[in-house]
Amino acid sequence: MKQAQHCQVTHDKIQANPKFQELVSKRTAFSWTLTVVMLAIYFGFILLIAYGKAFLGQSLSGGVTTVGFPIGVGVILSAIVLTGIYVRRANTEFDELNRQILEEAR
Amino acid sequence: MNFNKLALAALLAIGGTLAATAAFAAGADMGAAEKQATNWHAIVMFVIFVGMSLGITYWAAKKNKTAADFYAAGGGITGFQNGLAIAGDYMSAASFLGISALVYGSGFDGLIFSVGWLVGWPVILFLIAERLRNLGKFTFADVASYRLAQGPVRIFAATGALIVVIFYLIGQMVGAGQLIKLLFGLDYLMAVIAVGALMMIYVTFGGMTATTWVQIIKACMLLGGATFIAFGVMSHFGFSFEALFAKAVEVHPKKTAIMAPGSLVTNPVDAISLGLTLMFGTAGLPHILMRFFTVPNAKEARKSVFYATGFIGYFYILTFIIGFGAITLVATDPQYLDAAKGGLSLKGGGNMPAIWLAHAIGGDMFLGFISAVAFATILAVVSGLTLAGASAISHDLYASVFARGRTSEGTEVMVSKIASLGLGVIAVILGVIFEKQNVAFIVALTFSIAASATFPVLVMSMFSKSLTTKGAVIGGYIGLIGSVGCVILSKVVWVQSFGYKDPLFPFVYPTLFTMPAAFLGCYLFSIMDNSDRAKAERAAYPAQAIRSETGLGAEGAAAH
Repeated sequence: MKQAQHCQVTHDKIQANPKFQELVSKRTAFSWTLTVVMLAIYFGFILLIAYGKAFLGQSLSGGVTTVGFPIGVGVILSAIVLTGIYVRRANTEFDELNRQILEEAR
Repeated sequence: MNFNKLALAALLAIGGTLAATAAFAAGADMGAAEKQATNWHAIVMFVIFVGMSLGITYWAAKKNKTAADFYAAGGGITGFQNGLAIAGDYMSAASFLGISALVYGSGFDGLIFSVGWLVGWPVILFLIAERLRNLGKFTFADVASYRLAQGPVRIFAATGALIVVIFYLIGQMVGAGQLIKLLFGLDYLMAVIAVGALMMIYVTFGGMTATTWVQIIKACMLLGGATFIAFGVMSHFGFSFEALFAKAVEVHPKKTAIMAPGSLVTNPVDAISLGLTLMFGTAGLPHILMRFFTVPNAKEARKSVFYATGFIGYFYILTFIIGFGAITLVATDPQYLDAAKGGLSLKGGGNMPAIWLAHAIGGDMFLGFISAVAFATILAVVSGLTLAGASAISHDLYASVFARGRTSEGTEVMVSKIASLGLGVIAVILGVIFEKQNVAFIVALTFSIAASATFPVLVMSMFSKSLTTKGAVIGGYIGLIGSVGCVILSKVVWVQSFGYKDPLFPFVYPTLFTMPAAFLGCYLFSIMDNSDRAKAERAAYPAQAIRSETGLGAEGAAAH
């Protein structure tokens, strides 16, 4: 029972902490933005495949290599880069904010 | 404990006998067909792998004491290790052999699948991974049912998970049987039994710890082997992609058509639906979601996706080089070609480009290594699947629904072990039944269910304040029944398996329709629900959000 009360107090403190609202809104906005970027890149690629076959099939620089290859590999690399961007910001900014919130709720 | 030791000894003996019999059977075949001469390398390397993995299982079995050890390797896996294990869990033999074969057959089109299978990972990171780790304990149903009624939500989640696991297992078993028959000269039935027996040993005795390390070792072997092949191909062409592509265009019957998108994607509805299926299906696979409970906190969960995305992306680039390498180095060498069928047809069938390329690059010894890698790959994937299925049965259905939480950890783990054995037996039986069946529908079915049923409920439970039990269950079943129904009525099952003339559902992948329907169902039936229980469930959201966002009170979290 005491445990539960303690827990409730901690929760109320976190709920009232403006930093918690800041963390949630910042991280949620960042997450969904990156998700939309990934969706846009990927479905852009899919639509190019469906409608832009000629564009993807044209020669990149006179040889047999086509424009489609760097674009396809670029989509793969973009996935890795986007996860890197998220992890970097989360490891520094979000984790620090989170640490402060938990610290202040003690 | 004594039962465990005894049974372990017995199963190890069975496993050893199987491996020995396998070696013997393949050896006996050697005289019969000259192509089998290389198999000794494969068998020796495979036996080394099995020996190593059984050693790990023995070590893990001694460490396994609690339910957390069994389901989640005690939460002690680092982000980097988990990233490798996720890659090992996800990079199946189908993606290694299948995508390189697709590239071998049609060039650029192979990229469509590999890209689709990769882009789900960033989405998992951005939306799911950290919240999943903070809210859950052993299964994703822990998260979905966090503030909802345990019974109905867990029954739904376990149903979806078990359908996915069982069909995924069938696909792996059939692939394993055919691959091993081919590579090791083993009987199909024996190959399927060997895979089933080994996975039961890993999961039952070693739990998540053994499964994780089998997946890590396999990921290293697969990445190492694929790197070696790709390096061999590129060095052959002076590390010039232009030279590689030029030679490929010269020798491929489709000529320059292999350099541009072809016939794989023609209908935009199918294209977008395929994209949604591959992308969000990944984010709803039970054996993948389960891996996030093996790390100590949200930070390691996040890091594991970053490493996994890097490894998987790198691997898909390699499969692409391997596919083109096979066009240039395998298709031009008569010793690999099936002269009777002509064209690009290879001895041993459609999945062989990567295998024969390994031989062309590294000779018999390396062919043996890659064959052993392919087998190890299957073992790692089926072990992860079995553990996910067993935990759905024991943790969700038995402990939370059947026993209503009134059970001990020991009993729950025991149920899980029995469930693993049961799933192993079912997988072997279905592997035999489906031997001659067309299994092409399996990717569509499993990924559609994951994207249309599991993913929407999981995301709604994390992000929607208004979600109630009624909404989650009705929305979830709309996605589940809708996706299963549409796949059955689509071409791959209705026409190719049942033999009807025309499909009743005109597209291959239903996700474009079923995923939004599930989200909408979750939302509408939640907001229409004004019962007292619904009000209490909505009122519980802020507390869930605190744990979900900050990790306060998370299972095994470092912060108090």
